[in-house]
Amino acid sequence: MTDTRKKRILIAKPGLDGHDRGAKFIARALRDAGFEVVYTGIRRTPEEIAAAAVQEDVACVGLSSLSGAHLRLFPAVVEALAAAGAEDIPVLGGGVIPEEDWEYLKSSGIRDIFTAGTAIGVIISAFDSACDDHYQRRGQG
Amino acid sequence: MSETALLIQALADRKPRAIARAITLVEDGADCADEILSALDPERIANATVVGVTGPPGAGKSTLTSTLIAEYRKQGIRLGIIAIDPSSPITGGALLGDRIRMMDHALDPDVIVRSMATRGRLGGLCAAAGAAVRIMAAAGCSHIIIETVGVGQSEMDIIRLADITSLVLAPGLGDDIQAMKAGLLEVADLLVVNKADCSGADTLVMDLEGMLRQGGRNDRVSTTVATSGKGVAELMSRIAELNDILRKSGEKTRRRQQAFELEVLDWAQELLRPRILTKIGNRGYAATGDPRRLARELVDAF
Repeated sequence: MTDTRKKRILIAKPGLDGHDRGAKFIARALRDAGFEVVYTGIRRTPEEIAAAAVQEDVACVGLSSLSGAHLRLFPAVVEALAAAGAEDIPVLGGGVIPEEDWEYLKSSGIRDIFTAGTAIGVIISAFDSACDDHYQRRGQG
Repeated sequence: MSETALLIQALADRKPRAIARAITLVEDGADCADEILSALDPERIANATVVGVTGPPGAGKSTLTSTLIAEYRKQGIRLGIIAIDPSSPITGGALLGDRIRMMDHALDPDVIVRSMATRGRLGGLCAAAGAAVRIMAAAGCSHIIIETVGVGQSEMDIIRLADITSLVLAPGLGDDIQAMKAGLLEVADLLVVNKADCSGADTLVMDLEGMLRQGGRNDRVSTTVATSGKGVAELMSRIAELNDILRKSGEKTRRRQQAFELEVLDWAQELLRPRILTKIGNRGYAATGDPRRLARELVDAF
């Protein structure tokens, strides 16, 4: 059959943070890099994000937070995915994330962390490799 | 049990991940797609009601769909939603944003939402939309709403796939001449003027009803304000009424039969396309001569 496969990802903003400029910028850049990007909009709960990731069958989830609540909310999305039986979907996070928080986030299952200074090319490759790993695990590599 | 057999079982058990995965496998043209699709319960597919929501960009299709979901859920109906947005013709990427307006239902296990990109199809749907409908129906969704991409005047694939198609319009998108043009307006089952609280809505309803009367149809135009829910319950009962009429008259079966044949044609074209492209590449045509004649030679040589 024809190869029509596309990398599907979810970009989401957990919590009460309404600053979506970064999330929209990343979603647009990933679209331009050839991804199919599902965007949930602002103010979603971790459970809503997990449910959307499952229904949309995405290969990874990208979270954006600019309000300082990442230490609670990013790991909460990882847990919500596990509770939904989707612990195999990798989670990446970006926004205003101080360097001292990176270790904790990584130990809580956040695969990659981006900040305002991260080049867009780096972010695109990180999503690319997260998708590749996921499809490989699924046996669709 | 093979992996595909397990997936088919999980699909019948309405497991959300299985439903989503099955749609992906079919959309990506995986080898197991045929096995999945042939295992689906034909009775559930035949009994499902497929509602199309189409209309120009910004008319309020997603918001109206979300309000329709709320109304159907009041009746305990399990729903599937297929929301389609365009793929970039340049990169193949897509931003799928219809879900934003449907997140109120994100935690409802009986509302299955799937965003899909057109992946090069031009008729307002994606090639796998028909398969996604069947998968959702087999997973217990008795009603399936398909929201097309924002359409112009001639994206009419939805008319085939849906049992009932509602065309959603909003005031401010054009003058009365637009309502006279041939195309989608003639073939939609229900016309809906959304944003009915905005100025110009009454004139639009009048123009559209005038157009319907001239075409020998006496039906009303529905009016809704999707953001507040006004008129949506009435729209839903009109859909149910019409569905009943189409079912009893045998029209639904006739439409489905025709749609099925056309879907076979679509897939035949889809499968032939890469083979033809290879042949064109091999022949290395100069950019002169009659493309139609060259195409006939190619097809005759098959």
